Amino acid sequence: MSASLLLVQLLNGLQYGVLLFLLAAGLTLVFGIMSFVNLAHGSLYMVGAYAAALTYGATGSFALAVLAAMGAALFVGLLLELTIVSRLYRRDHLDHVLATFGLVMFFNELVRLVWGPQPLFVQVPEVLAGTVQLFGFNYPSYRFAIIAVGLLVAVGSYWLIHKTRLGMLIRAGAQNPQLVGALGVNIGLLNAMLFGVGAMLAGLAGAMAGPLLSVQSGMGEPVLITTLVVIVIGGIGSVNGALYAALIVGVVDTLGRVLLPLVLRQVAERSVADAAGPALASMLVYLLMAVVLALRPQGLFPARRGR
Amino acid sequence: MNRSNTLRATALAAALVTSAVATQAATIGLMAPLSGPQALVGQDQVDGFMLAVEQLGGKLGGQAATILKEDDQLKPEVGQQIVRKLIDKDKVDAIVGLSFSNVLMGSLPRLAESGVVAIATNAGPSPIAGAQCKANIFSMAWQNDGAAEAMGKFAQDRGIKRVYLMAPNYQAGKDMLAGFKRFYKGEVVDEVYTQVNQPDYSAEIAQLQSAKPDAVFVFYPGGMGINFVKQMSQAGLGGKLPLYSVFTVDGTTLPSLGDTAAGAISAAMYDASLDTPENRKFVTAFEAKYKRTPSLYAAAGFDAANVLDLGLRKAGGDPKKLAAGVKAAGGEFKSVRGPFQFGKNNMPVQNYYAFETVRAGGKVATKQIGTPLAAHADSYAALCKLP
Amino acid sequence: MTSLTSRLPHPAVLPLLLFAGFAAVPFVATAIGQPFWISFFARILIYAIAASALNLALGYGGLVSFGHALFMGLGSYAVALPAFHGIASGWVHLALCIVASSLIALGVGAISLRTSGMAFIMITLAFAQMGYFLLVSLKQYGGDDGLPVAATSQFGGVDLGSTLPLYAAAFVVLALVTWWMAKLRAAPFGMALRGARQNARRINAIGLEARRLQLVAFVISGAISGVSGLLLANLNAFASPSSLAWTVSGELIVMVVLGGIGTVAGPVIGALVFLGLEEVLKGLTEHWMVIFGPLIVVMALVGRRGIVGLIDLWPRARRSSTPVVVSEGGA
Repeated sequence: MSASLLLVQLLNGLQYGVLLFLLAAGLTLVFGIMSFVNLAHGSLYMVGAYAAALTYGATGSFALAVLAAMGAALFVGLLLELTIVSRLYRRDHLDHVLATFGLVMFFNELVRLVWGPQPLFVQVPEVLAGTVQLFGFNYPSYRFAIIAVGLLVAVGSYWLIHKTRLGMLIRAGAQNPQLVGALGVNIGLLNAMLFGVGAMLAGLAGAMAGPLLSVQSGMGEPVLITTLVVIVIGGIGSVNGALYAALIVGVVDTLGRVLLPLVLRQVAERSVADAAGPALASMLVYLLMAVVLALRPQGLFPARRGR
Repeated sequence: MNRSNTLRATALAAALVTSAVATQAATIGLMAPLSGPQALVGQDQVDGFMLAVEQLGGKLGGQAATILKEDDQLKPEVGQQIVRKLIDKDKVDAIVGLSFSNVLMGSLPRLAESGVVAIATNAGPSPIAGAQCKANIFSMAWQNDGAAEAMGKFAQDRGIKRVYLMAPNYQAGKDMLAGFKRFYKGEVVDEVYTQVNQPDYSAEIAQLQSAKPDAVFVFYPGGMGINFVKQMSQAGLGGKLPLYSVFTVDGTTLPSLGDTAAGAISAAMYDASLDTPENRKFVTAFEAKYKRTPSLYAAAGFDAANVLDLGLRKAGGDPKKLAAGVKAAGGEFKSVRGPFQFGKNNMPVQNYYAFETVRAGGKVATKQIGTPLAAHADSYAALCKLP
Repeated sequence: MTSLTSRLPHPAVLPLLLFAGFAAVPFVATAIGQPFWISFFARILIYAIAASALNLALGYGGLVSFGHALFMGLGSYAVALPAFHGIASGWVHLALCIVASSLIALGVGAISLRTSGMAFIMITLAFAQMGYFLLVSLKQYGGDDGLPVAATSQFGGVDLGSTLPLYAAAFVVLALVTWWMAKLRAAPFGMALRGARQNARRINAIGLEARRLQLVAFVISGAISGVSGLLLANLNAFASPSSLAWTVSGELIVMVVLGGIGTVAGPVIGALVFLGLEEVLKGLTEHWMVIFGPLIVVMALVGRRGIVGLIDLWPRARRSSTPVVVSEGGA
């Protein structure tokens, strides 16, 4: 494995991590601040991807498609919040898991009902369709775009949470909702807005992922599980934690997939290494989470309140 | 597609007919993955089958046909329950479809035990082709290694020196690469197994680039194929690195892949571009009815209905003779894919063609570029003890 | 603390009725010439066993385990793997099943119980996923295609591979588990466990170790789930990694909650209604999940008393019009 290949793989890991961050950021806020386990986050991602695919197909403008994705996810998210989620805040995590599990089933089937099982085709926008010469490799420009978007969102959410009045309200609402309510702030509205922001981020992730992955019913679940792992590793409720954890998970997963088979071939016979390598690589991220939870259950970068 | 009416009709029929002598209607179970990531594969099989039944006037073997459609969700456990229900409760005359290899293998004990004729339209796992072959179980699609073997032979004949292999890390993936290597005698640069349903191949594609092979051979069915081919194209390899594949670029994935698949070469026993009279009629009828181009899965479903029709006629209403009838019918009916017959292990003996995806007037289309394996029998037949 | 079945004439009426019904199934099915229903109900019994096992951890212990499908899967492979190597003895299968699921439950539980809440849910899920990927990667044992059971469990002269003996075995196991769970409610261990769920600090303060209680419950729960997997492998003559999917764990949770979390008859009713409803809906439309999903959402919204809770409330509601306060507490 040459040094330049390793660097390229590192970049791949970072890019995957950024995509995970877009999803994790929204989910960790919802979970950390409102303590709501939202398994349907993957469905919001799917809604975003479908909205983007359909809009892009109809108008040819990727920018419009991204806006449509965020809008659609926001709309669906708010609808869910108002009708179902807001009734469940006071309840147990188990109720959250159940309700959102049912929602996942519903959305997957609904999407299949309306648009059929055929995956939708989303083209990479012309302006980003090229490649960049990097260390002797061709690296897709589109993936750089994803990294850029992710970093923008990271900076934006940091600014929102820590430098604005709204962010202050959010953090206060997390510590003591009754007191904030008593001060005249509409906690219900605040929670709805927060959920909406989370949904929009999921929609954005779906739109960005569309040209890379296939847009189809059930596309949210595999990413959702990894996102949940990221949140747990990073520390529930912490957006910083989500960023660092997402990058770590992205890099570990990517490098693991690439390096493990090579390493195993040194110590074991080739066919064994070829069989065990991918399996261990798949398990690597979960092993990482188990280790983190065993040693530091609150996550690697917990929110300072320490929930 | 009114299932509750169909079910009531079947229940009534089963209740009325008490003896096993001449049945008024043929009841056929049609099981396919109609939900989940491979739903389009299942849907194509069902549509192909139903088109044939419609062309036969709603009859199979000269009798009015009741078709019970079931969705196995690509889960072996669900498939098992459905097979049990079809055999024990609905008392079907035959079961068609049987989804992917894992679902088929899961239902194997019940199918073998009951003796009901089962025609798989999407699988031909090596155990059933070999030591566990059964007189009542047929594959109307292929033996799993066949297409990969054809691709290997094609690559060998073309003089490709160094090939990089990739597939998902499960049984079918390993079988495909083994099949390819059976006929390809050049250098295998590397053999990479990725996670099943892995969405992002950027790391593997970077590896692929650094290895600088002459060609890459992949097996990535369904959504995995779409992801891989799109990402390969985005990495600038589309058209530059020859892509050989099986079940990756086919009728079901081509609409989603569009231009990114241009230049890809695949091997299969069928494609809509095959130029035979039966196929031209089939493609026209399919496109007229379903507004899309049939894939190899639709062709398998269509052929299954026709072979079953002929088999039922030969059996003349006697369930014990149906298996032999179907086997004989295999060699006599006109398949849309060209020459066809069942081997001694009930696996297809057929041609495997090579197709190239080309740009044609702003869209992509496939055209046949060769027949690497003609009238090819699988390599497991010797292990089968059937006469 | 209300006993949820104290409103009925006798606390055991509900479970007895259920079991009487289950006992009648083979006779009725044979009489009407539809043996299919025996295997259908056998499957319900098996999932009822798994749901009851989960109820021990979830309902009594308050541990939201999203990875219980792992133990069911282990139980299935405890049959398939020895059978692959020619060992058909049911005793070997059973021993391997219980030892493997207990040991793994011990390991998973020990690590997972260091966390709580969301993290606990996630880590149990992670372990189930690890099991899934491990099994998928074993090519010689079928991998993703699953492993047919070459020789079903033989106990003396009884072969669990045939439907009737299997049904009888599942019936007996479920009856034993249900009876044990009923006894456990009032037994010292059960009381302590439920106390740990309600207020772990208090339990620790009086000298009992809440975490150890929960670990024991988790291990027993894992072992019983393993047994249900053993029965399932015999029913299907097949073991597959897909039975470890997280959706299966989710469905088990739905069954427990639907029936009535923390109750004795709840998991059994939950399994019956869940699988029965699924079958009915499947007959109506191919898109049955569009209906089933919202039903689960409604169930979550309406309340976690479940079906047993509803049955329990009914006579009370008729007698008085004042609302009933459910004091079973959050789990």
